[in-house]
Amino acid sequence: MGNIFTSVLRKTISPEEPMKPSKRTGGTNVLGMAVLFAFTVYFLLPLYWLIISSTKTTNDLFSGNGLWFSGQFQFFQNLQGLFSYDGGIFISWFINTFLYAIGSAVISTLIAAMAGYALAKFKFYGKNTIFSIVLGSLLVPTTALSLPLYLLMAKAGLTNTYWAVLLPSFVSPFGVYLARVYSVSSIPDEMLDAARVDGAGEFRVFFRIALAALTPSLITIFLFQFVAVWNNYFLPLVMLSNQNLFPLTVGLQSWNAITTSVSGQGMLYSYIIMGSLISVLPLIIGFLFLQRYWRAGIVSGSIK
Amino acid sequence: MMLGSKTTGSFRLKAGKIWIKSIPYVFIMPFGILFLLFFIAPIMYAFYSSLFVVKHSGLGLSAPVTVFNGLFNLNQAFHDPLFYQSLGRMLLFGVVQVPIMLGLALFFALLLDSVTIRLKNLFRMAFFVPYAIPGVIAALLWGYLYNPQLSPIVQFFHAIGWKSFDFLSQHAVLWSMANIVTWEWTGYNMIIIYSALQAIPHELYEAAKIDGSNGFNIARYIKIPLVAPAIVLSGLFSIIGTLQIFNEPSTLQYITNSITSSYTPNLYAYTAAFVTNQYNYAAALAVLLAIATFIFSFGLLRITTRQTGE
Repeated sequence: MGNIFTSVLRKTISPEEPMKPSKRTGGTNVLGMAVLFAFTVYFLLPLYWLIISSTKTTNDLFSGNGLWFSGQFQFFQNLQGLFSYDGGIFISWFINTFLYAIGSAVISTLIAAMAGYALAKFKFYGKNTIFSIVLGSLLVPTTALSLPLYLLMAKAGLTNTYWAVLLPSFVSPFGVYLARVYSVSSIPDEMLDAARVDGAGEFRVFFRIALAALTPSLITIFLFQFVAVWNNYFLPLVMLSNQNLFPLTVGLQSWNAITTSVSGQGMLYSYIIMGSLISVLPLIIGFLFLQRYWRAGIVSGSIK
Repeated sequence: MMLGSKTTGSFRLKAGKIWIKSIPYVFIMPFGILFLLFFIAPIMYAFYSSLFVVKHSGLGLSAPVTVFNGLFNLNQAFHDPLFYQSLGRMLLFGVVQVPIMLGLALFFALLLDSVTIRLKNLFRMAFFVPYAIPGVIAALLWGYLYNPQLSPIVQFFHAIGWKSFDFLSQHAVLWSMANIVTWEWTGYNMIIIYSALQAIPHELYEAAKIDGSNGFNIARYIKIPLVAPAIVLSGLFSIIGTLQIFNEPSTLQYITNSITSSYTPNLYAYTAAFVTNQYNYAAALAVLLAIATFIFSFGLLRITTRQTGE
């Protein structure tokens, strides 16, 4: 079973980059292009609506054409309102999200790199068992972990702290898997042996030689964990009740709950919309600039 | 003296050997310890705490006590109609949504792989962007696009005379959720399949062309079979994701009454733990959900490996 899984993953996420001559022959597939354009509209519509809506007053949201600007351009008022509402709590949420994502991604990438490197470059007792457990854990629904994790954290008195979100996010079995695959392919044994012959200790070999060779792959592992934590909702929802510690997802959802309740009467709609826009922008911008690392990660990255 | 130094020497050698042998374990240790604490321990603890129940004394005068009750919770969860309804609902969801999503992803990947398509970069980015959006924000956004008071889409249908059109009705809401999930993950799966397509050696197409195959036959007999493992992998993660759905129902329940507190297994477990404070029962639900996930994902691997004859 494990082998099948590995082979499936390996075929999908092999980091080798087969080059392929790109030939432009034949005409343009008009029907295919039309279908792709139609779906481009579908995939971008919610974002378009979000941008348009971020310029409106709450009243204008509920009247007039949802797909076009209203008479009043309220973008900057909404932005200012969002940042000042409830003592600027949104800014705390933004900073928290950033801290959770950066902290988790840095630590989990480093420890995944160490574990993946050991699994790829050393022979030792229990190696296959450890790797099988790592692979098997990819199948465990992580939200099913979050509830018991909450109970354990409560026993340790860690709920409602930054650690409650950070500690579980340090563990990335997928990162270990990727690090192992990349170590096999991008760290030549000769390089390691040469360093050892020169008298470098194992840690020096790892930190000076292996990490350098792995750097592009480490960025990929880092990005995956960064996005996973930035987008996480269930774990912080379960762990945190102090709203000063919330990440954006939990914070905006708490506003949504207030706003849609009977007494809320839609008071926060324009802030939620502006907040959503602000919280999706960093990742979208990051995506545009770091495209090649995404492709290298999900894929065999042969895209030009 | 001689003897002494000799022992020290061999001891040193031995210590050195042990050190060298232990190096890989030292490298794995940071991950290993955290993995045990935050991955294995919760699984164990979920099972352990599912073995207890909170007993209230008859008159409610003394504090409730937690007592060992064997497999009572697991048994109760195993026979809980609400759990089965939520699981069944997600299976129905998965049977419809996963093939549609993967079908679209494969279709787009094949289109992007074909030489007669321009603007590939634009399409790839546009389709992949939803993956950058947190699931709960996506659910919020689509919630607004489903909300009759806000939505330009609903307004459009009402304007053309379809007055009863409602994304959030009891029958429609499951498929409105399916739309959110499809929107979020189609591009991601498309990239996985597309990359597998790009890895196919070009000579295979040349050979097929010489043999007189057209584009459709090349896709049917060469491309699709070769990217099948990538599709299986996407299917596997999609099934795991489907059984865990939480963001969408927990967001949409604020704007519609069609979503009950046990709409999906995860929402049910969350409600049991944090709304009705039945922690032990919630733990039992989490254990059952994990087992169900294992059964379905291994089932998928079984079926697909038998078919591809690996």
